[in-house]
Amino acid sequence: MMGDLLRGYGRNVEAAALPDVGRSRYDEMLDEARAPRPHWRGFLGKLDALPESALLAQRELIHESLASDGVTYNVYADPKGVARPWELDLLPFILPADEWRQIASAVAQRARLLDGVLRDLYGPQQLLAEGLVPPALVFGQRSYLWPLHGVDVPDGTRMHVYAADLARSRDGRWWVLADRTRGPSGAGYALQNRMTLTRAFPDAFRELHVEQLAPFFTALQHALHRLSPTEGEPPLVVLLTPGPYNETYFEHSFVARYLGFPLVEGQDLTVRGDRVYLKTLRGLRRVHAILRRLDDDYCDPVELRADSALGIPGLLNAIRAGNVVMANALGSAILETGAFSGFYPAISRRLFGEDLQMPSIATWWCGEQPALDYVLAHLDELVLKPAYPSMRMEPVFASTLGRAERAELIERLQTQPHAYIAQEHVRLSSTPTWSAGPQLQPRATSLRVFAVATENGYVVMPGGLTRVAQQEGGDVVSMQWGGASKDTWMLADRPVARVPLGRPRLGVADVVASVVDVASRVGENLFWMGRYAERCESLARLLRAGLVRMADGAEDDPTALEALVSVVDGLHIFAVRDTESGKTLPPPMPKRPTSALVDAVLDPTLPGGLAANVYRLVSSANHVRERMSTDNWHVFNRLRQRMPGRNASLGAALDTLDETMLACVSLAGFAMDDMTRDESWQFLLLGRRLERLAHLTSVVARVLRLEEEERLASLDWLLEAANSIVTFRARYRRAPELLPVIHLVVLDESNPHAVLFQLNELALMLERVADELGQDAPAITSDAIEPVAEALRSAPLAGFDQDAGPGLEAACEALAQLLARTERLAYTLSDELQRRFFSHAGTPAPIGAR
Amino acid sequence: MKTYVVVHDTRYVYEHPASVSRQVLHLTPRATPWQTCIEHALAVKPEPAWLPAATDAFGNELRSFVIEEDHEALFVRAKSTVTLTPRTLPDDARTPAWDEVRARLAYRAGVRPRPADLEATRYLFESTRVRNKRELTAWTAVCFPPGRPLLAGVRALMERIHRELAFDPKATTVATPVMEVFANRRGVCQDFAHLMLSCLRSIGLAARYVSGYLLTKPPPGKPRLVGADASHAWVSVYCPEHGWIDVDPTNALFPDLEHVTLGWGRDYDDVIPLRGVLLGGGAQDLEIEVTVVPIEDYASVFGAISDDRVR
Repeated sequence: MMGDLLRGYGRNVEAAALPDVGRSRYDEMLDEARAPRPHWRGFLGKLDALPESALLAQRELIHESLASDGVTYNVYADPKGVARPWELDLLPFILPADEWRQIASAVAQRARLLDGVLRDLYGPQQLLAEGLVPPALVFGQRSYLWPLHGVDVPDGTRMHVYAADLARSRDGRWWVLADRTRGPSGAGYALQNRMTLTRAFPDAFRELHVEQLAPFFTALQHALHRLSPTEGEPPLVVLLTPGPYNETYFEHSFVARYLGFPLVEGQDLTVRGDRVYLKTLRGLRRVHAILRRLDDDYCDPVELRADSALGIPGLLNAIRAGNVVMANALGSAILETGAFSGFYPAISRRLFGEDLQMPSIATWWCGEQPALDYVLAHLDELVLKPAYPSMRMEPVFASTLGRAERAELIERLQTQPHAYIAQEHVRLSSTPTWSAGPQLQPRATSLRVFAVATENGYVVMPGGLTRVAQQEGGDVVSMQWGGASKDTWMLADRPVARVPLGRPRLGVADVVASVVDVASRVGENLFWMGRYAERCESLARLLRAGLVRMADGAEDDPTALEALVSVVDGLHIFAVRDTESGKTLPPPMPKRPTSALVDAVLDPTLPGGLAANVYRLVSSANHVRERMSTDNWHVFNRLRQRMPGRNASLGAALDTLDETMLACVSLAGFAMDDMTRDESWQFLLLGRRLERLAHLTSVVARVLRLEEEERLASLDWLLEAANSIVTFRARYRRAPELLPVIHLVVLDESNPHAVLFQLNELALMLERVADELGQDAPAITSDAIEPVAEALRSAPLAGFDQDAGPGLEAACEALAQLLARTERLAYTLSDELQRRFFSHAGTPAPIGAR
Repeated sequence: MKTYVVVHDTRYVYEHPASVSRQVLHLTPRATPWQTCIEHALAVKPEPAWLPAATDAFGNELRSFVIEEDHEALFVRAKSTVTLTPRTLPDDARTPAWDEVRARLAYRAGVRPRPADLEATRYLFESTRVRNKRELTAWTAVCFPPGRPLLAGVRALMERIHRELAFDPKATTVATPVMEVFANRRGVCQDFAHLMLSCLRSIGLAARYVSGYLLTKPPPGKPRLVGADASHAWVSVYCPEHGWIDVDPTNALFPDLEHVTLGWGRDYDDVIPLRGVLLGGGAQDLEIEVTVVPIEDYASVFGAISDDRVR
């Protein structure tokens, strides 16, 4: 089999159909004579043994495994939607030990150099004084943060994690294409790739002596713990993410879970005095270090970008006071520009007396007259890029420009030369990829390598993130542009001790800390997830009761249907949102009941409808995704995908309702059986109970207030909507009557869908929460609940015995009023939970913190 | 020599109570060769927790405070007494040619810049509110023919901006981009200053934004009133051998005894008098009152109301 794959790779070249291998590109697998390079032979031998069907099966396994782990990469403005599946090629990228040692040494050297440059530029600025760095590249950059100048950081380290994008040119030499200094992404994807490929080639890693990735992450953990200004406390390190809409959010949550750092957004943190705290369900917890994926200037709206809602007001005060470590330090983004490349060799000699072990790709910063002259003379051979990444200009290949565009480019270069750099165009080396069929396909390749600062210098991850171009012959290698990734195998020349890839071992302090550090936002999102899940389920049941009657032919029972539609209307489910004022308005004109109900299921613009609430449910779940099992997450994925959109048929709406209810029932099951029962879990259940209570009281009160004939006709669908029809039939074996129905859905303390049952459960749960979490501040107690429950228990039922008349109406109205009071209680409790556990508004910092 | 009392009041009223407020202040007059601040006091209500005073990256004093209790209004008064001595403006002809200055400020690999020149390069490039644009280069070039002494060019540019721009408080807000000011040719002192900075930096000269106050004269026969003045802004240009020269394009003059300096930076964003973040609060009303009075008139202007307003 493999013989065919390789012959195919070679034949293409011979036929000159693909002039890449051995000609204009270096091929990673085949040498000039088109024989496999030695470090590929072991792996090719393994492939050799496999028939194509086995390869297909492996590839399938990879796809499934990535999908079920929920590995995504968000691509902005992608028609596939926000979460795009991560692409991983079946074949790894392989390097031999000696070559890897050289790369690792060069990357560690460069990391130390760049950290040294940052220390100088945010300190004495000696490099500027000596003319080794142009002021334009420092003072001209938005990413140079003046407020951080002169601010000391623990250990002096400003770049804790570094990544270099590397490429190999035709002659086989490695070059640095770009530096990632802000807080590089990709290390988590590299780890995920490794975990996935381990499933496809379980034996290959041991047999081929592939270096392991886990020690890199342990080193990162140790580094941040070591630098944390803990003053004797167990260190609390958090991973700060911009949120689920960031392109690499999957990686943030994956790395946070793997390292055991709480995943936080800016709103989870608060600065009190000059220390940073995490808002947890138990109160405020001191944070010692922040591994950040948030852009530098978004981090503190008080002193950096004022329009940022993502940051932490006052963070700079905490940094200046030395009370928190930022990794990487704020302001490190300044070295992301390629413009420094040409200056590094001289700086390296000046700072460390060393020559660079690996060159940067040839780069001219046009701010120097000789460089500008060269660039203008060789324009067609060069790629023009902004010297300031904030310019957001795409790279320009001058050779592809028309006459006018070219003149325009030259004018721009001449008026503002310091804003541009020109780089040599590198033909990237090619690596084999396989998607299907009898042949391997060569693809242009670049390699991202990661380094972490430790007390013994920079440690480089023996592996990395390999990315390949999407198109044959293409040189653009970017996940944003639809490329794929590869696992990266560094072969050791000795057997490698196997450390399991799971989480590194935890110490006692970690175990203690992990119990208390549940972020308030997690509780809040679980609470809303619970409320929306319950709301979707209740809505689906109610709307299905209506649509089923229509599908069956409503003529049999028009009164029941009319009553149901009027109740749905009373719940504001048909209401539309006024796009200008943002207010909710009654529906513009009465629609036919069928289309109104179908719209209530499918139209996402109706704020009270099912589709909008499913959207809210998935969105709140997205915020706590790291706490969910894969199976649980699957349910959300399906829920979102199964919404057919508006203007679908009655049948489609019914199918959607069935799907939604099934999904909601699964979610209810997961809530009970498949989630970590830590403190935040309580809030998921509280959300579900409160929502069920609010919905149920509201629906039953509306039914009680219907005209008598409609009320009677409604009992059937009310039992369905309240999920109590089975219990009713089992218990009474007869057609629904008012008294037993009301008793079952309101007063029956053993019916999990009755009002009183919700109140009893809420009282118990609130007491438990108060026990676990309530400390000094007054906790919410169940005191507010008991009087309402008691009033319901002692509600006079005598009036319900009568068939009709004022006695019955009075009884109905009295109970409806009690239910309205109960509904108000539900909303009050919801607000109170919000204030007490989630926002911590007005909570002072812990005593002794200043 | 002149001595002034400056009272700068800022009052926010919030729609809902704000629970946490963090504010950073650039309200302390800076010491310069011609300016001494002999008295300075900050008063804030409600009573805040003050964080340690700091010096920002441009050498200005930076104060900050936190309020961590519910409050529906915030009042900040900065009261300063400063003494000004006359400055001397060099003769235009004695200043170096502007294009020589530009060449001095440009980078040459491996050449150690003079410390003062290097310091000036902080104010040589684009910043948040200052743009470096080809159309500005062209517009400015008229005032700067090759070889012209720097100060002569600056004077011509100042006069051109003053002539061609209308002072119009309704035309812009604090967020109006400088290129929009340029296109509409109207704005307030801040806009005049940002435009002049953009022009100077677009031709390769270093210039910084100065935040401060201007003594205004009451209409003839009318008394000086509390709150009749406003914050002011102007420009300072780097002129090697002579240091930094202040220029006020809004009034087409070179500041002397009637401009009180608070501090300077690359643009307004570096020296915002009061900047902060609130938790809660909802919509807010902002009222600013600035009064600059010669010390001899202080009692007659402020009379008995004096500092009671703080309490």
